[in-house]
Amino acid sequence: MSVNVLNRTLLFNLRNCGKNGWFQKLVRQTSTATHTLKVAEKIKLKRSEALLGGGIKRIDAQHKKGKLTARERIQLFCDEDSFVEYDMFVEHTCTDFGMEKQKFPGDSVITGHGLVNGRPVYVFSQDFTVFGGSLSSIHAKKICKIMDQALMVGAPVVGLNDSGGARIQEGVDSLAGYADIFQRNVLASGVIPQISMIMGPCAGGAVYSPAMTDFTFMVEDTSYLFITGPDVVKSVTNEDVTQQELGGAKTHTSVSGVAHKSFNNDVDALLHLRDFMGYLPQSNKNPSPIRACDDPCDLDVPLLDNVIPPETTAPYDMLDVINAIVDERDFFEIMPKYAKNIIIGFARMNGRTVGIVGNQPKVAAGCLDINASVKAARFVRFCDAFNIPLITLVDVPGFLPGINQEHSGIIRHGAKLLYAYAEATVPKLTVITRKGYGGAYDVMSSKHLRGDVNYAWPTAEVAVMGAKGAVSILFRGKPDVEKYEAEYMDKFGNPFSAAQRGFVDDIIEPRTTRWRLCRDLDLLQTKELKNPPKKHGNIPL
Amino acid sequence: MSLKKVPKFLLDNWSGLAKLNVYNGTKQVQKRGIYTLDPINPQEPTFSKILIANRGEIACRVINTAKRMAIKSIAVYSIADSQSRHVKLADEGVFIGPAPAAESYLVMSKIMDAIKKTKAEAVHPGYGFLSENATFVGMLEDENVAFIGPSAKCITGMGDKLESKRLAMAAGVNTIPGFDGVVKDADHCVEISKSIGYPVMIKASAGGGGKGMRIARNDEDAREGFKLSTQEALSSFGDSRMLVEKFIDNPRHIEIQVLGDKHGNVIYLNERECSIQRRNQKVIEEAPSIFLDPETRKSMGEQAVNLCKQLGYSSAGTVEFLVDENRNFYFLEMNTRLQVEHPITECITGVDLVQQMIRVAKGHKLNIKQDDVKINGWAIESRVYAEDPYKSFGLPSIGRLHKYIEPNKFDGVRCDSGIEEGSEISMYYDPMICKLVCYGKTREEAIDRSITALDSYVIRGVTHNIPLLRDILTEENFIKGDISTNYLPKIYPDGFKGIQLNKSDKNKLFALSSALYAINELRSRNFLNGPQIKIHKGTKDKWNLNVMVNEENVDVQVHQTNGKLKITIKDDVYEINKKDLNLASSIIRTEINGEPVVMQLFSKNAAGELQIVYKGTNFKVKILSRKSSELLHLMPEKPKLDVSKLVKSPMPGLVKGVSCNVGDMVAEGQELCIIEAMKMQNSMVAATTGKIKTINIKAGDTVGEDDVLVELE
Repeated sequence: MSVNVLNRTLLFNLRNCGKNGWFQKLVRQTSTATHTLKVAEKIKLKRSEALLGGGIKRIDAQHKKGKLTARERIQLFCDEDSFVEYDMFVEHTCTDFGMEKQKFPGDSVITGHGLVNGRPVYVFSQDFTVFGGSLSSIHAKKICKIMDQALMVGAPVVGLNDSGGARIQEGVDSLAGYADIFQRNVLASGVIPQISMIMGPCAGGAVYSPAMTDFTFMVEDTSYLFITGPDVVKSVTNEDVTQQELGGAKTHTSVSGVAHKSFNNDVDALLHLRDFMGYLPQSNKNPSPIRACDDPCDLDVPLLDNVIPPETTAPYDMLDVINAIVDERDFFEIMPKYAKNIIIGFARMNGRTVGIVGNQPKVAAGCLDINASVKAARFVRFCDAFNIPLITLVDVPGFLPGINQEHSGIIRHGAKLLYAYAEATVPKLTVITRKGYGGAYDVMSSKHLRGDVNYAWPTAEVAVMGAKGAVSILFRGKPDVEKYEAEYMDKFGNPFSAAQRGFVDDIIEPRTTRWRLCRDLDLLQTKELKNPPKKHGNIPL
Repeated sequence: MSLKKVPKFLLDNWSGLAKLNVYNGTKQVQKRGIYTLDPINPQEPTFSKILIANRGEIACRVINTAKRMAIKSIAVYSIADSQSRHVKLADEGVFIGPAPAAESYLVMSKIMDAIKKTKAEAVHPGYGFLSENATFVGMLEDENVAFIGPSAKCITGMGDKLESKRLAMAAGVNTIPGFDGVVKDADHCVEISKSIGYPVMIKASAGGGGKGMRIARNDEDAREGFKLSTQEALSSFGDSRMLVEKFIDNPRHIEIQVLGDKHGNVIYLNERECSIQRRNQKVIEEAPSIFLDPETRKSMGEQAVNLCKQLGYSSAGTVEFLVDENRNFYFLEMNTRLQVEHPITECITGVDLVQQMIRVAKGHKLNIKQDDVKINGWAIESRVYAEDPYKSFGLPSIGRLHKYIEPNKFDGVRCDSGIEEGSEISMYYDPMICKLVCYGKTREEAIDRSITALDSYVIRGVTHNIPLLRDILTEENFIKGDISTNYLPKIYPDGFKGIQLNKSDKNKLFALSSALYAINELRSRNFLNGPQIKIHKGTKDKWNLNVMVNEENVDVQVHQTNGKLKITIKDDVYEINKKDLNLASSIIRTEINGEPVVMQLFSKNAAGELQIVYKGTNFKVKILSRKSSELLHLMPEKPKLDVSKLVKSPMPGLVKGVSCNVGDMVAEGQELCIIEAMKMQNSMVAATTGKIKTINIKAGDTVGEDDVLVELE
């Protein structure tokens, strides 16, 4: 319709509106204006209500417990003024048990996206001040909405969990909500990084969302995770246990391995989480992030020449090696208190994020047991899924023998790490610092599992087993054990047998390790390797 | 196995070797700069090979002179030292056994075997270990191997405190009143102490280096002191004989360096002031002493020379005196070896003491006359130890030096050390890191140079005593030269608490920390790949921060403008150049408002915790955005453990004995166990009265720092 036609139509309408037409129109216009104002007021009101969450009293109670509110947490986590909130106006739909009279705009979760050090991230933060942060169907929908978008955009999702559990009043709707989230957790797994920070209770079915995210962190003393609480435990198994003992940060970071790290308090946790995000790529379509680096990567590190003790049985701290090869000794260790015989974590080399896996000779001689294998396997798979190169530092005397280990399935669990390494197509760099014995040698990112660059330090020994064990089998019952042991050490107590076969690419001076690895990482950034197409592999779970 | 000779052009074409050519420990030879008085005469006959029966810095020190004299050097090493610097520096190395000195460096037969194996012609013993062991010297004499030190007779004579005192008196040297017999037991010790009159000094007859020494001011002290000193003496020297003498309050410890040859010539190389001590171990030494006038110096020197002549002393030695406030001096003991602190004498006299020792051992006459010996300038030695100075002025700490940069690039700085980056400071040996020797034309210059050097000294991986050293060097009484052996307890009556900064220094610390925070924030968002969000509220150029140091809180604003960071603290504004700040370098040299400042970035973490070394002390700084800091105040304080119920090991060491049982009632101050570290016995006492709940240790255990030893109910 052209402008002229429109004008003519308006004139026609005015002429035909009769004597009182203009007055009626005026009244109607005034009322729409008031309406608009009223709506604006209501928007303001609803926003302020949303901002208040469960009200000042409950906010105070939250603070008294040593916890920050959901909004304060987001504020700390995201860059200043970067958070964009979604669904501030949604309200729960429950009409039973008088719930229709208690509504809070936004309900018990705050969702949206923000920036962490300039990079986008989707966040949800459960609000304990509203119905104890319980999960209503709308609460679940809010979370699903940002997860869906994060998946499309290719940005991480971070959950700040603080929830009493299901919204009991909503019954099965609440359960459906959980399942909707679980489904998305699984679909997003390996596509975008998903991180859970447990900052309060997280119990019952709710625990399975964090369990399926890539990393679960906890705040000490104020958070817990369990399937059933101490009361149920007492009534079912008659065991006495406190909440913290059952599912506190200490338990999950050192005993169960459910959580990957814990922090002092909310502020500490969120600041460290910001730092942690810097190691992760936005999604599986992005390369490992490279951050500006001040630490020179073309220098020798003399320290490394002195780390390995002269006695081959003496322990040393693999963290000394890790800290010396990474940028600025900055190592974000994952699960530092669990299965300490293996070290995993993120660091940067010449600014690029790498995943580090290292046997820890200081603990149980650095052997692989069930817990260590599972711990490292999951980490290797995360790195592989998100294009993060793997640096493996090997000093492993083998898998841990023992009835307990065998009966608990070391075969099945040890296979996980083997599977993870063999499957990984990211750049794999390996340094054998000392022992590489038996099947454990094969597992630890060996050349045979498509290791791209495998170095041996002069102290490396690659063999089926140690001299004592080997001699006791090969020369059973014979005298002169020491002579045979010496002969065995001569043959295998050095890197030559592996180097002669090309199983290691070079024997390098320890002090040169850092710059070599940095150089190799640059070279391998264009590495292309694909596994055969399949629906998915069948990792021995 | 001999290496194949590879032509240089082939090596040059291969880039696989270490990038820096320090690979394989290039044998750095110390420059001859300071040795002006006794140039080496290459024509003079000397030994072709010497073995150094020691480790650490002193072994390196001796090897350096040997190299200059074109003598081949042989190191001996325990398993713990197999990668140590002294081994890399020497021409040959001989492995002599397990880490504990008692099973390696102290085993004479092993050293003798090493000598035979390598056909060494002479042995330099360094200090400690076998340096004052007459039996060892006798064994060498039997094998016709020269000992680079005095004769067995002199060592025996001076090694025993009772005997040495008698000899000194006979030579007309002033001595301290005391009991010159062997103390039988604790009761006898109390009895003698009473008769001499408190305070008294109880010390091991065979001792040295402050080990096995204790002061007693009453009967109880005397009893306790006797017990501990006896044990220490037994473990350090294998000889538990004790003696007791009058203790002189507020004395200075001044010693005379002597040098004699086998032809009856003895000279003195002036004095060293070693008054600043803790637990009778020296901390800072200087030469000359600010306290001596030429007459006193001369008469001390002459008495020392007389003693040596009486003894027929050859080689380097040190006669130690206590000097009271009226410049009366008393013979304390004679050390028949090269002293730890010999470099300061070398600096002011220009004599290479090790060269002279080697010459004398070869039978040459001294080539320096007493008249040649002058005092040129001033030298100060700060002993840098791996010790926590906040615990009774220094309890040993151990660890690996993951970063280690000596400040030896500065003028007038000499670093004598036996360690390098990556070395481990273990509990088996002396925790010394380095002797930092700084010399200048005047005392002021020597002090200033020491401070500059300490500020640029990078040590990471062990706790060290630089905070204390740095603080002493700026302390008023020290600067005036008003010092005595009671200096530390007098100046720091409640123990060393770290430097107390004035307002302007504090602000500099706040300003620099804030600047580092801002730099870190900027870098955190500086990603070089991956998706970038263009539209977001501006690049950050302003930070409102809250900085906390030692419970002190200030609000700080940082503003970034063309290459500069402008930091506002209340009404003061500070400017720092952004390009001076590098988060990866250990030392930060920058200017704050045009004034040069040196600080060290010790550590940083994501929760805003920085550790910054400023004026020697490590400050823990917490920096948060103002918003975060407000929120942090909502976080509850975590309850602290009641430490009074726990007895923790203050340092890593060995449990010597446990003197309590589970269920015992113990009184406050009662001894519970003894921990030995670096040959020092430390009595662990109950902090409160109570019943023993658990004992986590037994004699012979090795414990780490902060391990819980005993728990009270």
